[in-house]
Amino acid sequence: MFGAGGGTSSYEETRAADLIVLWGSNAREAHPIWFHHALKAKNRGAKLIVVDPRRTPSAQWADLWLGLDVGTDIPLANAVAREILEAGFADIEFIGRATSGFEAFRESVQPWTLEEGERVTGVPADAIRELAHSYGSATNAQLCWTLGITEHHNAVDNVFALINLALLTGKVGKWGSGLQPLRGQNNVQGGGDMGAIPNKLPGGQDVADDAARAKFEAAWGASIPPNPGLHLSGMFEAMEHGELRAAYVVGENPAQGEADQARAERLLSGLDHLVVQDIFLTRTAQLADVVLPAAATLGEAEGTVTSSERRVQRVRKAYAAPGEARDDIEIVYELGRRLGHDLGSTKPEDVWNECRSLSPWHAGMTYARLEELGGIQWPCADESDPGALFLHGRLWDDVVEDRAPFQAVEHDPPVDALDDDFPLRLTTGRRLESYNTGVQSGGYSSPLHVGGTDILLSPADGERYGVADGGRVRIVSRRGAVETSARYDPDLRAGLAFMNLHFPDEVATNMLTIDATDPKSGTAEFKATAIRLEPVA
Amino acid sequence: MKITIDGVTTDVQEGSTILDAARQMGIDTPTLCYGDTLTPVNVCRVCVVEVERSRALVPACSRKVEEGMVVHTDSERVRTSRRLVMELLGSAVDLSTAPEALAYIERYEAKPDRFGPDSLTVAQAVKVDNELYVRDYSKCILCYKCVEACGVDHQNTFAITVAGRGFGAHISTELDVPLPESACVYCGNCVAVCPTGALMAKSEFDLREAGEWREEEQAEVDTVCPYCGVGCNLTLHVQDDAIVKVTSPDDHDVTRGNLCIKGRFGYRYVQTRKPA
Repeated sequence: MFGAGGGTSSYEETRAADLIVLWGSNAREAHPIWFHHALKAKNRGAKLIVVDPRRTPSAQWADLWLGLDVGTDIPLANAVAREILEAGFADIEFIGRATSGFEAFRESVQPWTLEEGERVTGVPADAIRELAHSYGSATNAQLCWTLGITEHHNAVDNVFALINLALLTGKVGKWGSGLQPLRGQNNVQGGGDMGAIPNKLPGGQDVADDAARAKFEAAWGASIPPNPGLHLSGMFEAMEHGELRAAYVVGENPAQGEADQARAERLLSGLDHLVVQDIFLTRTAQLADVVLPAAATLGEAEGTVTSSERRVQRVRKAYAAPGEARDDIEIVYELGRRLGHDLGSTKPEDVWNECRSLSPWHAGMTYARLEELGGIQWPCADESDPGALFLHGRLWDDVVEDRAPFQAVEHDPPVDALDDDFPLRLTTGRRLESYNTGVQSGGYSSPLHVGGTDILLSPADGERYGVADGGRVRIVSRRGAVETSARYDPDLRAGLAFMNLHFPDEVATNMLTIDATDPKSGTAEFKATAIRLEPVA
Repeated sequence: MKITIDGVTTDVQEGSTILDAARQMGIDTPTLCYGDTLTPVNVCRVCVVEVERSRALVPACSRKVEEGMVVHTDSERVRTSRRLVMELLGSAVDLSTAPEALAYIERYEAKPDRFGPDSLTVAQAVKVDNELYVRDYSKCILCYKCVEACGVDHQNTFAITVAGRGFGAHISTELDVPLPESACVYCGNCVAVCPTGALMAKSEFDLREAGEWREEEQAEVDTVCPYCGVGCNLTLHVQDDAIVKVTSPDDHDVTRGNLCIKGRFGYRYVQTRKPA
């Protein structure tokens, strides 16, 4: 945000917060050790507010739970913003000095009275008011979100809606208050930081920036296209149109991880050439022409990963990878060599030092310092820089050159609309013991795995549609159908059902989900599928 | 402020405990129920020291220093008390997988068998009711560390507490139900703080049963958890090129020694791969 693709705050600040808002995040299950930090604050007297359609285990810890209807985050945020303005909690001095676009934003939230917010979101007006007043009056507030915000067709607008609240109240850029998108995978932050984003070079540098590109071109002795590449959903679009004919998939299982799984499998199967580099023969790997067995990050590889608080930390090798599996760096460099390019030393520290020489965010992070300091949070300009606990302190300078923009955003309900044929809203999420498509978490068993393939229903919906607690049910969406067992969950409101994506070999939830994607982030709307239930005798 | 320990006067920071001060001076004070990441509960009494003008011995782990305090950590009275604590524990509890406790028995010349062969013990069958960790309460000294780790100090799950009174006091799930029926979420943060091996990863338990647990040969390699984006540090305990246990360093600020079920037990996927 504001030009840097990372959360603004630290776990240390989470512990010290007097208000934590979890918006579309079930951190108790999805980020359990981050939630320890939140509970340190909570047990010290901090207030916890959870915004989530489900009354999740995180929400059960909350002082206030706002159970909004799926896909109404923008109306809720706009109603909160309007109430913050009405109640006089806006930081007018900060807005005037450090932001832009405020007047248009103020106009855009005017229709969102508490009553209108209640009507559209399903959250009582009093609860919206309490969130607005709590956030407006807090000293140290952390506004945190996860896939409940980003797995929507308007993901980026959802994020803008939350950023607006921080700008409105001056709750960013200073110790104690900030915005935390909690990262779902151990190196999704680091992957983006290294340039695995269509318009970025390593260190958040833009491919359209001639000076940045020239620096990399000089170091690599090759020209870099100035145009952004495609994100994952864009690649599938391009496959659909026949523009993308070959794919090289590293450590990802899109055949089961993508929304609208039937389409994903069809498109991957139709490629001229598919290369998969993975630690397992995943469903995607089974479709491949060439499979390159890779070493696992856990125990078999050297390198670094970057966490949710921008902390770069070392991963270390404990033993050799099995069989012919090779380190990712070695595979990529060998491929480069066969294509006629010497990419240099495959020693992980040498690769890292090359990154340090090109990315100002990472310049001061030697392996020795990463070891000594237990990781370093970017940006870290040189070897005397301790790293950054929080970002955007410049917003509190007397004169702010590069102002943070408000982005007025409008409500745009989920693409997969509810109607008489598909009257129930299905949402998805992660379970404590499992992870993504289960490639890793399927490798161990625990009492918590039990019931993982069930669809969770509110008791009222179960009775209404004739599905017994424990009974079999066929779940039908506009794209496909799956059959599984149903379980009643009293923490679900009527009209809302829940499934996870962890057991695709048993229950392929993504046969149901819609691939309506956000044009800016490329994220599909996994959180909002319209379904109907058909009891199975 | 100034305090005197074992005849040496030193400056210590206000708010420190006697244990902090003793450690700062390099005095090795025994502890069992104390943990760096836990709130002291003062139950094991093995850290007791003599404070001049105090009638009773005081627990070093939780007694705060005071200006001019004069402390004796190795007086005959202290040694006698520590010896008795270890004799009582050693007579009732199986300390065979508790290296610290065994060292204290030797150090204080404790004779746990002096109460005779018929003295009461907590001997009982090992509870093996899930694939992740086992509970052998014949090794439990009731130090409360597991209860604190499961409770407000870390996990806040409150799956276990101390039930019963006197010699019948024991660590219990709600209504003593097996773990799979309890509130347990298998983070194993109780296992991490257990000082006696009463709580043990099943991987370690199975290898010990088979006579194949060789701790002295194990390498410990620090890395980062491969699951979510929190960035928890893992210490892989590696024997024969395989992970046999996972812990997390107490002194790393992200985890303070804690993990979730995936971080602590979810490593098996790297070992189920067969060479091509």
